[in-house]
Amino acid sequence: MDVEILSRIQFAATIAFHYIFPPMSVGLGLLLVIMEGTYLKTGNELYHRMTRFWVKVFGLIFALGVATGIVMEFQFGTNWAAYSRYVGDIFGAALAAEGIFAFFLESGFLAILLFGWDKVKPRTHFLATIMVALGAHFSAIWIVVANSWQQTPAGYHLVARGDGFRAELTSFWEAVLNPSTLDRISHVYMGCWQAGAFLVLSVSAFYLIKNKHHEFAKASIKIALSLALIASVLQLVTGHSSAEVVAEHQPAKLAAYEGHFDASAPAGLYLIGWVNEDAGRTYGIKIPGMLSWMIHGDASAPVTGLNAFAPKDRPPVNIVFQSYHAMVGIGMTLILISVLSVLYLWRNKLFQTRWLLWVLVFAVLGPQLANQLGWMSAEVGRQPWIVYNLLRTSDGLSASVRASQVLTSLILFGLVYLLLFVLFVYLLNEKIQHGPDDSSIREGKLA
Amino acid sequence: MSLDLNTVWFVLIGVLLSGYAILDGFDLGVGALHLFTKTDGDRRVMINSIGPVWDGNEVWLVTGGGALFAAFPDVYATSFSGFYLAFMLLLFALIFRATAIEFRSKRPSQRWRKAWDVSFSVSSIVSSLLIGVALGNVVQGIPLTAEGEYMGGLRGLLRPFPLVVGITTVALFTMHGAIYVVMKTEGDLQVRVRRWIPRLIAIFVLCYVTTTGLTLAFMPHMTTTLFDYPLLFVVPLLNVLVVANIPREVHHGREFRAFLSSCVAMVLLMALFGIGMYPDMIYSSPIAEHSLNIYNAASSAKTHQIMLIIALIGMPIVVAYTVSVYWIFRGKVKIDENSY
Repeated sequence: MDVEILSRIQFAATIAFHYIFPPMSVGLGLLLVIMEGTYLKTGNELYHRMTRFWVKVFGLIFALGVATGIVMEFQFGTNWAAYSRYVGDIFGAALAAEGIFAFFLESGFLAILLFGWDKVKPRTHFLATIMVALGAHFSAIWIVVANSWQQTPAGYHLVARGDGFRAELTSFWEAVLNPSTLDRISHVYMGCWQAGAFLVLSVSAFYLIKNKHHEFAKASIKIALSLALIASVLQLVTGHSSAEVVAEHQPAKLAAYEGHFDASAPAGLYLIGWVNEDAGRTYGIKIPGMLSWMIHGDASAPVTGLNAFAPKDRPPVNIVFQSYHAMVGIGMTLILISVLSVLYLWRNKLFQTRWLLWVLVFAVLGPQLANQLGWMSAEVGRQPWIVYNLLRTSDGLSASVRASQVLTSLILFGLVYLLLFVLFVYLLNEKIQHGPDDSSIREGKLA
Repeated sequence: MSLDLNTVWFVLIGVLLSGYAILDGFDLGVGALHLFTKTDGDRRVMINSIGPVWDGNEVWLVTGGGALFAAFPDVYATSFSGFYLAFMLLLFALIFRATAIEFRSKRPSQRWRKAWDVSFSVSSIVSSLLIGVALGNVVQGIPLTAEGEYMGGLRGLLRPFPLVVGITTVALFTMHGAIYVVMKTEGDLQVRVRRWIPRLIAIFVLCYVTTTGLTLAFMPHMTTTLFDYPLLFVVPLLNVLVVANIPREVHHGREFRAFLSSCVAMVLLMALFGIGMYPDMIYSSPIAEHSLNIYNAASSAKTHQIMLIIALIGMPIVVAYTVSVYWIFRGKVKIDENSY
């Protein structure tokens, strides 16, 4: 294997593993604000215990996010040096802003969130919780700004440098608010909120099934289910608007989402399908004209297809098609689960309906998978460009790094991350088994 | 020396790296000393002395990296890709360090805790060593191509001078960490660590003298600015005074002032490093013309301006709440239910 494919695999593997954690921090961070706010408002001890339990879970998730996040900050330089030289002016600025505005905020106030319970007044602690949640949200903004600039670059001009060019900033706000930033940040936020909400739902439903911590579980479910419903429904809206931006600015990616080959013809929407890339055909069940209608409001309007692009300018189609459709399918399922659970809750039946509680236990995997698949379709769909229509991925590599070096680091990442994942699941399970009972947490800690 | 934006950013990167050295320096040092404490109770105190602050400290490195990327993309690209395996090792060390702190006290098993103790300590030492080796290579100079790339691999980096700088860094952080531990602990542990300090200072001074001697003898490019502006000799002079002040403060039981002296010593060391390098950022040897400096490796003036605004808005706020957090967690470490 050559250095390009190895570097791509390494980037994909390390970012995918990292992205297990930040969405839960963002979503859980918001829930912590709601829980602790409810405690301060009502003075009900139940919400105090609830906050303290979920803060401990948050601490574990956050630590893994930090440990795997440092890798991402430096991997542009290690493996993608030519890319770094090309985009440093803009992309580097977004990363630096993330450090200054988000990481410091999160990690500074995390100290108070985790260790400050007895050191500061309750209101100050609540302030720290809000700041940590804000920091997590800010962090998402800057990283999505950086990535969106790769997808729909704006606010730059090309300047000759050495044998080639590089992108230099002409307008900070145009670069930050490039055409896809706002739609993608809202789409990412909803995915994060779902990840946090369904985590809380899963653990709480599990307690009810096991006949433990009733009050705690019921109150947790009520809070988390509201967020799950809002985020899941809004995800449909943000997903649609994100796809519209893709249609306008990255037509090759949109065509890959739907396996649409004809250069200019009305396009349908596949419910399920398989793409034969060599034959340039897609097989499956589709609603004819639906894609045309969703983009142009007219079922007979033509949509640019993959054949309008030279083969060297097309993304891999089937993997983009499948990951995109799986994401949409999971998203729809999560809406269904949320609506159903709310209905059962409304009629006072949710806490006794074991099958639905089991569904909630496993639904925690839904947002995780959808988040991963969504990024997969967005990033693979951007290929063969590392900056859309400006710089090819193959031109972004480090000149000084050899395939053997990347293979070495890739194998090490594989082993280390496998170990981390096993330990994470093990320790998370321990925390869940201990439960929210304060005294058992204390014993476990001091043992 | 003219005060253009490039110079301002050179100084700001130096400020971020100094912040990193001062802050993560002591918690890496605590890690280096960790295995020299014996009981489980002492080790929990060691980890919890840095418990609330270590990951905030590490953010200085992450932000320093981001700022380097934004302000001097070619330095970021050349150093991180050129030092590929060394940086990968550093990343793995930082991963193991973070997880060791988080995981160690989560289970009562002695084997579990010992494994994470070793992981915490070894990864702290390896991190400090690698950071020093990287700095040492930047100082001594690496062969850069006309395109500003370093093609020499890991072997070309493991040379005597950078290794001496690496060891000096470990010694510096360990001394700094020991003073911090004395400040944050009480009782037996404090008495023992206090006894280590004179030896740790002696080791650091020995390393420091060696590094300085080698620099003066073999790195003439590091001293030209100093000889052009002799007034700058006040920096190394102050440095000597501050380091000499550390044992005096420790002797009188004024740990906080000893710690402050150690912090100032680190800032002065970074200043000396910056003065020596300026305006180069990665020195090229043997062909000095290929060096990456604050002009040929910089991003656009527009980005420098915008980033300066961002830094001027953001960093005072960061400093304000960082100080608040340290204030809230001042005093001796007490283990409670929230501790690691």
